Amino acid sequence: MCDINTSIKLDSKNNKKESIWGGGNRPMKASYGKLMMWFFLITDALTFSAFLGAYGYHRFTHFTDWPIADEVFTHFPFVHGHYPLFYVALMTFILIMSSVTMVLAVHAGHHMNKKGVTIWMFLTIVGGITFLGSQAWEWYHFIKGTEKGALLIPSGEHGQKRVAHYIGLHDSHHEDDSHHEDDSHYSDLVEAEFLDGEPVPQELLSRNDQGEFIYAEQIFGAPLTGEYAFRYNEYGHTTFSNFFYFITGFHGFHVFTGVLINIVIFINVLKGVYHRRGHYEMVEKVGLYWHFVDLVWVFVFTFFYLV
Amino acid sequence: MGKENSTREIWLVFWLLLIVTAVEVILGIIKPSFMIERRLIGVTLLNHTFIILTIVKAYYIVYSFMHLGSEKKNLKWSIILPVWVLIPYLLFILLTEAFYQQEMYY
Repeated sequence: MCDINTSIKLDSKNNKKESIWGGGNRPMKASYGKLMMWFFLITDALTFSAFLGAYGYHRFTHFTDWPIADEVFTHFPFVHGHYPLFYVALMTFILIMSSVTMVLAVHAGHHMNKKGVTIWMFLTIVGGITFLGSQAWEWYHFIKGTEKGALLIPSGEHGQKRVAHYIGLHDSHHEDDSHHEDDSHYSDLVEAEFLDGEPVPQELLSRNDQGEFIYAEQIFGAPLTGEYAFRYNEYGHTTFSNFFYFITGFHGFHVFTGVLINIVIFINVLKGVYHRRGHYEMVEKVGLYWHFVDLVWVFVFTFFYLV
Repeated sequence: MGKENSTREIWLVFWLLLIVTAVEVILGIIKPSFMIERRLIGVTLLNHTFIILTIVKAYYIVYSFMHLGSEKKNLKWSIILPVWVLIPYLLFILLTEAFYQQEMYY
C-alpha cells in the first residue's frame, strides 16, 4: 500500500489528486457493509417502483372495470359489517410501530446498551410476525370472498365467460313465496350487470326449482386453485387480484426475510457478539433493511388501497 | 454514523407518521366530494393529497429512521439521485402510455 502511494506521489504533480486516488479514503464516511446495504436498497426500490408502476399501467388501461380496493377489503376481525381501510390502517400502524422499535434498538446500540438492544429488537421481531399474520388473514379473506359472491355468465360460442355483479339481490326464499308457488319463480328475482355496466339478459339468470342457476355460475373470492384459478374472480378484472397477490406477496416476502435476519442478529446480540466487537453496526444495517420494508409498505398502502 | 438522533426525535417522527396515516385513512373513508370533483393533470385532488402525504411519510422514514439526514452529503446524493431520476421517469413513460392505450383500444 505504501509503495503504491509513494509511486503515485512521484508520478503526480498535483498534491490534491493523490489524496483522492491514493486509496485509504472513505469519501462517504460509511463502512462497506452499510454502503452495500444502501445500494441494495436502491435496486430494491427500483424493483418495487416497477411493480407499482406496472400496476398503475394496467389500472389506467382497464379503469372501467377495475375493482375499487376499499370496496374489496372491508373486513375487520371479530366484527361483522362494512369497514373499509380500517384493517390496512391497523397493519400500517403495526409496521410503523415495529420500525420505531427498530430505530430505538439502533439508538441503544450506539450507546452500547445491550439490554436496550435486546428488548427493542425482540419487540421488532414480534411486530414483524404480527404483520405477517395480519397479511395472512387479509389474503384468506380475499381468497374466500364475500358472502354474495358474483356470477359467471356464459357468453360467446367458444365457452368464454363474463363476470357479473348482483344489483339488489333479493332473498328469494322469504319474499314473494306466496305469489308464485310453482314454476320458475326465481327467475325474476335476480338482477345483475356486467363489469362495464351492461345489464345481464334475464334468460341467462333463470333458475330451476331448487333455486340453482341454470346457465350462470356463482363464484366467490379470487381462487388460487381449481378450474378458475387466476382466470375469473368476483372482484372484477383479474389483473387486480394478480397484482395484489404479487405485490403484497413480494412485500410480505421482504417482511419474512427481514424477520429471519432480525432473529439471526437478535441471537448474536444475546450471545454478546457485537458487544465484544465494540459496536452494534450490524443492528444498524439490518435496521436499514427493516425501515425500507416499512417504507415500501407506505407506498403499497397508498397506491393499492387509497388511490 | 454521523450525528445521532435522540429518543425524543424518534417518538416525534412516530407521532407524525401516525397522524399522517390517520388523516389518509379518514380522507379515504369520507372522500370529500370537493376533492374528488376537482382534477389536476387527470388526477383528482384527493389522490394528489394522498401522494403528497405519502412522500412526506417517506421523507421522514428515510431522513430520520434510516439516518440519511445525518450522513455525508456525498452518500446522501448518491442514494437519492438515482431514485429521484429513474422512478419519475419510469412512471411518466408507463402512465402516459397507459392513458394513450386506454383512449385507443377501450
